[in-house]
Amino acid sequence: MLDVRDLQKIYTGRHRNVEALRNLTFHIGAGELVCLVGPSGCGKTTLLKCMAGLLAPTGGEVRLDGSPVTGPPPGMAVVFQEYGRSLFAWMNVRDNVALPLRRKKLGKARERELVDHALEVVGLADAHRAYPWQLSGGMQQRVAIARAVAFEPKVLLMDEPFAAVDAQTRAELEDLIRRLWRELGVTVLFVTHDIDEAVYLGQRTLILSTSPTVVQEDLTIDLPDERDQLHTRSSTRFAELRAHVYEQIQRAKHHHGDREAPPADRSENLAPQTTKS
Amino acid sequence: MTRTTTTVITLVRRVLLALGLPAVLFAVWWFATAGSTDFYVPPLSTVLGRFGEVWTGERLLSDVVPSLARLAAGYLLAVVAGVGLGLVIGTSRVVRDVLEPVLELFRAIPPPVLVPVIMLFAGIGDTMKVIVIVSGCIWPILLNTVEGVRAVDEVLSDTCRSYGITGPSRLWHLTLRSASPQIITGMRQALSIAIILMVISEMFAASNGLGFTIVQFQRSFAIPEMWSGVLLLGLLGFALSLLFRFAENRVLAWYHGLRRAQRNP
Repeated sequence: MLDVRDLQKIYTGRHRNVEALRNLTFHIGAGELVCLVGPSGCGKTTLLKCMAGLLAPTGGEVRLDGSPVTGPPPGMAVVFQEYGRSLFAWMNVRDNVALPLRRKKLGKARERELVDHALEVVGLADAHRAYPWQLSGGMQQRVAIARAVAFEPKVLLMDEPFAAVDAQTRAELEDLIRRLWRELGVTVLFVTHDIDEAVYLGQRTLILSTSPTVVQEDLTIDLPDERDQLHTRSSTRFAELRAHVYEQIQRAKHHHGDREAPPADRSENLAPQTTKS
Repeated sequence: MTRTTTTVITLVRRVLLALGLPAVLFAVWWFATAGSTDFYVPPLSTVLGRFGEVWTGERLLSDVVPSLARLAAGYLLAVVAGVGLGLVIGTSRVVRDVLEPVLELFRAIPPPVLVPVIMLFAGIGDTMKVIVIVSGCIWPILLNTVEGVRAVDEVLSDTCRSYGITGPSRLWHLTLRSASPQIITGMRQALSIAIILMVISEMFAASNGLGFTIVQFQRSFAIPEMWSGVLLLGLLGFALSLLFRFAENRVLAWYHGLRRAQRNP
């Protein structure tokens, strides 16, 4: 479904080049819910933008259903962290959700149906006419999720979508994502810096190293499929997995691409994260 | 107290506050000139008395309407050209780098200076006056549009790209709407410049128009009539700015709401 192979991203600056992503290879199967967790500043957003076709990688490639991603692919939707900046402040909730559908030319009736349904499932059936800035942060993020749902993507990429909402809202939204994933059968890649969230949400968790980033571990989350905030989080297995991811992240802070078989063209005595150009 | 009563009281309060100072100024003018025998400063009662007979009837059609038509033509052309050019310049870095120094130079030239120059190739007809208005009031629109286009949010821009909102749809739904607060600020500044240039262009070479008529009155020592023309210009500017404010409140309702929401989260 979604293949990332030898993905590398080097930001070229005037005085120095920053290698954000060293060498990332992983595969996400159709219908999977995979979390991506890593220490802060490990290039999670860079990776997500490369996968979404919003940023061209320096090396390697991303393939969606076998075809390389060179621009934003039509079957993909992205939910960003900054809900306040990803919604159109000049459109009401309904128009925000409907705008991406216009290009699909589905016909008025089908479009209306999709928008109604999407707003219904995220719990915003009463907010069609409201403007985003009249809503709370959590509700604004629900609008962004509804927009993604109405778009009927095959792949949903989420970039720390709940980092800026309060803890209670976050728990509700996490359950919403699990519910939508199961109901819609969509493939979800969920980027987060929150260890609990990474364990609670996914079937698999990819743990990233610090920049320059490699995949440190590909961990299967063997929790039962039925999850809820109270029981899942208080189970022994959850605690074990959480401790494991936590340890890995701590290790990751001292671990990065340079420790593993450095490429021949790179000398070891340079500062770890930068190379002088 | 019901909500409607509160709203009515707030509205009345606002109207009274808004009209208070103009009323006082008119009263001061009225009483200060009441017994005036100075030929150049006639009593306001005389000016108002002439106002009606001067500006209704034939002169309304022969002078006021042509002035307003030139104003409208020049202003609308400036809006279209300013926003259009601003979109191009704001979107493309290369175009911006090439044009910016030239634009700064042209912007620095006071438009009235251009009147004789423009007269040389555009004659003394309406075209000249419209060009003068455009050449002066395009700048705030152009520069504000450029700023607005450059300030389009990166996250929103990525959102549009990932949902395939491109081309004309992106231009309308993202770029123009997002830049509209700056564009409208530019348009507001341009409106007052346009009125000034309308009058100035008519003072140079014209056979009708408000500017022309006021100068004619002054030259023929029809002083109360001259003052009534000045008063009409003031009222015209006031009415146009009210109209503008009304339109702005409708178009930018989302922006004012957003700003209020950001101030009290």
